[in-house]
Amino acid sequence: MKRFDYLKAGSVAEAVSALAAHPKARLIAGGTNLVDLMKYDVEAPGLLVDINGLDLKRIEESENGTRIGALVTNSDLAYHPGINRRFPLLASALLAGASPQLRNAATAGGNLNQRTRCYYFYDTATRCNKRQPGSGCDAIGGVTRIHAILGASDSCIATHPSDMCVALAALDAVVEVEGPNGRRDIPILDYHRLPGETPERDNTLSPGEMVLGIRLEGEASPRHHTYLKLRDRLSYAFALVSAAVDLKIEDGVVRRARVALGGVAHKPWRDLEAESLLVGRVPSADATDAFIARLLSGAKGQGGNDFKITLAERVIRRALRQAAAGTPQLQHEKAIA
Amino acid sequence: MPSAPPSLQTVPVTLHINGKRHDLDVAPWTTLLDLLREELKLTGTKKGCDHGQCGACTVLVDGVRINSCLSLAVMRNGAEITTIEGLGTPERMHPMQRAFVEHDALQCGYCTPGQICSAVGLVAEGHAESRAEIRELMSGNLCRCGAYTNIADAVEDVLNQQQKAAAE
Repeated sequence: MKRFDYLKAGSVAEAVSALAAHPKARLIAGGTNLVDLMKYDVEAPGLLVDINGLDLKRIEESENGTRIGALVTNSDLAYHPGINRRFPLLASALLAGASPQLRNAATAGGNLNQRTRCYYFYDTATRCNKRQPGSGCDAIGGVTRIHAILGASDSCIATHPSDMCVALAALDAVVEVEGPNGRRDIPILDYHRLPGETPERDNTLSPGEMVLGIRLEGEASPRHHTYLKLRDRLSYAFALVSAAVDLKIEDGVVRRARVALGGVAHKPWRDLEAESLLVGRVPSADATDAFIARLLSGAKGQGGNDFKITLAERVIRRALRQAAAGTPQLQHEKAIA
Repeated sequence: MPSAPPSLQTVPVTLHINGKRHDLDVAPWTTLLDLLREELKLTGTKKGCDHGQCGACTVLVDGVRINSCLSLAVMRNGAEITTIEGLGTPERMHPMQRAFVEHDALQCGYCTPGQICSAVGLVAEGHAESRAEIRELMSGNLCRCGAYTNIADAVEDVLNQQQKAAAE
């Protein structure tokens, strides 16, 4: 690990001004991703700003919704009674990710900002536009089992690795950030971005901005949801394809359908137009077919991940069936209904 | 103007490890794992992958299991840390240690301190009831000898003992 200066931030203002003043500064919270990347010299911050002392560890529930502080750990969030009551989909997605030890350390803010697990991003002997802008992409034409099938570019085919963010995308969360120009809200679907020509940017944070928390409005479906994750091992592995589904069903008819995919793109993937094909109809194979056809119309494999297009179809089909039936996938249950 | 290179400044850190207070000056890039093993010679905690993938370095920080390889020591100032050395001794074993012995829940033993600390954390968390839940919630600890069946037996045994004790 390269040497760095260390600052224990005493306030959000101090953290933000340190970030803004030092271009090579990084915030550290749980450290589960950043310390790993620093060991590989993928990240080499000149200044590490420790935000663990900040008052961002609370989950606040009110009439208007739920606010999750950036430093709430993945475990505290996953087992919080209010989250389980109002947003069981989020709790389930969290428990699908990482291991108990990692969830005990990893924070909500860090989960949003974690980097891709693309092998080439991690391997400093290879070219990677995300790690070193303009150097090229050795993933393209390389080993592509875990790479994107949607929204990739000629510069980058990496995927976003989070499970939590897939659920947040389905739940239309809002990310609260603070920076040198004050506070602002970023809708989750605008928070992460597609790689385009600038894959070094994972998200739409401006320089010096940090995440304060995540807001969720109202309540999601208590029954008609699921987080279904398929991966190379039965637990403790990143998704090849995952789906977060939240359905509002009244008198047997779908009134609202929100479906986000993980493991397939540089950001959690949602298609609001495709979702409209599920609305106003009784859940059925026909509606699902139409939805899948629209959602995956732009899907393109890279060779090693061509199977993901078929896998995504099947994950969506199963997940929609689970959500419609009110039988969400339990994360310790390895059989898939 | 290029910024000055990072200093070699150490940071004062107080850790309470296995019930004993340690006032230390640590380089900020020292992981909790390296501090335990290299500085304090508490070599019961093992370095496996050093990247949070194997769980051999699992310790309890303020009663919660984490991967010590992915935590910098400076981030844990003031914390209570329990390692395998703090759980029990050969004469007075922790119930989880005894269960691992009784169930032959190891072969080479390298992953065992991490498995035991993780299992103690699992019991304290209180989210595992079934065998399937135990297996899922022990998934952060790899055992390349493949002693998983007996590890799950040991954890299940301690959970059952605890439930029985609570019922009495």
